[in-house]
Amino acid sequence: MFSVLKTKEKIILPLRSVYKKYGYSEYTVNKFEEYDLYAKNKDFLVSGRVITFTDTDGKLLALKPDVTLSIIKNCKNIEGTKKYFYDESVFRVSGGTGAFKEITQAGLECLGKVDDYQIYEVLFLALSSLSCFSKEFVLYLSDLDIVTAIMDKAKLSIEAKNKILNCLSSKSISGVKETCLENGICAEDEKLLVSLIKTNGNYEKVKNVLNSFVVDEKSKIAVERFNKILSLLSATEYGKNIVVDFSVVNDVNYYNGIVFNGFIEGVPTSVLSGGQYDNLMIKMGKNGCAIGFAVYANRLENLFIDKENEKIAYLIYGNDTPLEEIFCAFKKLSQKYNSVKAQTTRPEEDGAVVVDLTKGEKVC
Amino acid sequence: MLNVALPKGRLGEKVYNLFEQAGYECPSIKENNRKLIFENPEKQIRYFWVKPSDVPIYVERGSADIGVAGKDILLEYSPEVYELLDLKMGKCSMAVAGKKDFIDDNRRPLIVATKFQKIAKQYYGMQDRQIDIVHLNGSIEIAPILNLADVIVDIVETGTTLKENDLKVIDKFLPISARLIANKSSYAFKRELIEKIKESLYQLTKEQL
Repeated sequence: MFSVLKTKEKIILPLRSVYKKYGYSEYTVNKFEEYDLYAKNKDFLVSGRVITFTDTDGKLLALKPDVTLSIIKNCKNIEGTKKYFYDESVFRVSGGTGAFKEITQAGLECLGKVDDYQIYEVLFLALSSLSCFSKEFVLYLSDLDIVTAIMDKAKLSIEAKNKILNCLSSKSISGVKETCLENGICAEDEKLLVSLIKTNGNYEKVKNVLNSFVVDEKSKIAVERFNKILSLLSATEYGKNIVVDFSVVNDVNYYNGIVFNGFIEGVPTSVLSGGQYDNLMIKMGKNGCAIGFAVYANRLENLFIDKENEKIAYLIYGNDTPLEEIFCAFKKLSQKYNSVKAQTTRPEEDGAVVVDLTKGEKVC
Repeated sequence: MLNVALPKGRLGEKVYNLFEQAGYECPSIKENNRKLIFENPEKQIRYFWVKPSDVPIYVERGSADIGVAGKDILLEYSPEVYELLDLKMGKCSMAVAGKKDFIDDNRRPLIVATKFQKIAKQYYGMQDRQIDIVHLNGSIEIAPILNLADVIVDIVETGTTLKENDLKVIDKFLPISARLIANKSSYAFKRELIEKIKESLYQLTKEQL
């Protein structure tokens, strides 16, 4: 059916309906926020730079580069579980051009009492979000508690940990080996780190490997929880869309536990990103835990380019063409095409559908 | 169809030969012409030649599923890609070089000429040495001779160019080699094929895992 919706609306609408169905309430934020919030949590932002300006009262404000921080900041006395969804514009530096760009994001945040069921539900909603746009999608899942436990066991310095996290993110086995060599890491720990990089597959495939990542009490709890959640998700209709892969790495100063990225075939970058961010809640002095994700609408736009549906037919008339003839031709043409443009000049584009009344052409 | 971005030049030709040995040949690539895109429909593979520093861009943006880029380019631009294999080819080093009589007396910020700004900043940042960067795109070696810079940070292979320009290597600080890289989304949907190619290339390069 011909749609009058803008591409961004086509992306956002199905997501809103999914989130509402699961009891998430809409959260609307102001476009501006005090700069101080971002200055204190710079590393949480995808790009550290924000657009700032001075308000009439002298306060330094910023155009929002992120929604999560504002939602947490505005949540007072979190009791029980709070569930919010949003669709907002954020302003960030684009990786490609280095210039600021307006990005439309939709997402949700689950705050407060976040138990295993809530984690499962958020992951299920992430999968449902991806399924709104294509049948060919995958959700890459990792657990930062497992990763950090293995790094702690290897007694890595902060610098070495950052190097290892970079290597995990880029799946660089040679990088892990170099870092282990530089830091005198034993063969057993190196093997575990390499095994993290090599792990990729659905739950059934990686189940046994996950158990080999139990190195202490913290990782035992994490592996048990990861197993529980993965087994639940695998039993849903999205079981084949789940991939366990430890290359999903978010900043460990803010994130912990399960983190995830969503990919859709034909889109070159991840279109969904999220995770548990209890550490951010602690940093911002809030009680409770948190998990959430964002869907990057601008990265999905190419999926919606449907040239056939957007096709315009041109109806060309002259100064002396009778109005009834124009009206009649327009009516007939608009039954065949989604959009008809009546004008006196021929369009410049090649291959356009044109009915030129000045040349005696008729609508078939 | 798997799209492969290869770096134009000697390294790219060596890399293609490796792909050919691994069973992913595309005979038309060896024809003497100016074409940049070559396809072997039977093997479901398409190669294209691009400027070496552009390979990560093609891969990051998904125009290429995989590609081969130098570690220097990957460190300088930090593209969001997987770095799957060290091909142990195109080996060289990132080094600091200066005039033969140059001594860094720490009395003023060091003037560094380079096209690798990020790598130079990181190297001197680790030493807490204040620097002033002169960004150049080529013929970096002449910068100290013409007093445009105190030192250069650049790639050194044999050291012949430095010697012929009366420069000395002050510090070789980073080994460089060619890496097989992959687009993260392509990897998610074409993992089996990409891993198969990686494994074949690994067997040929004999990387010790």
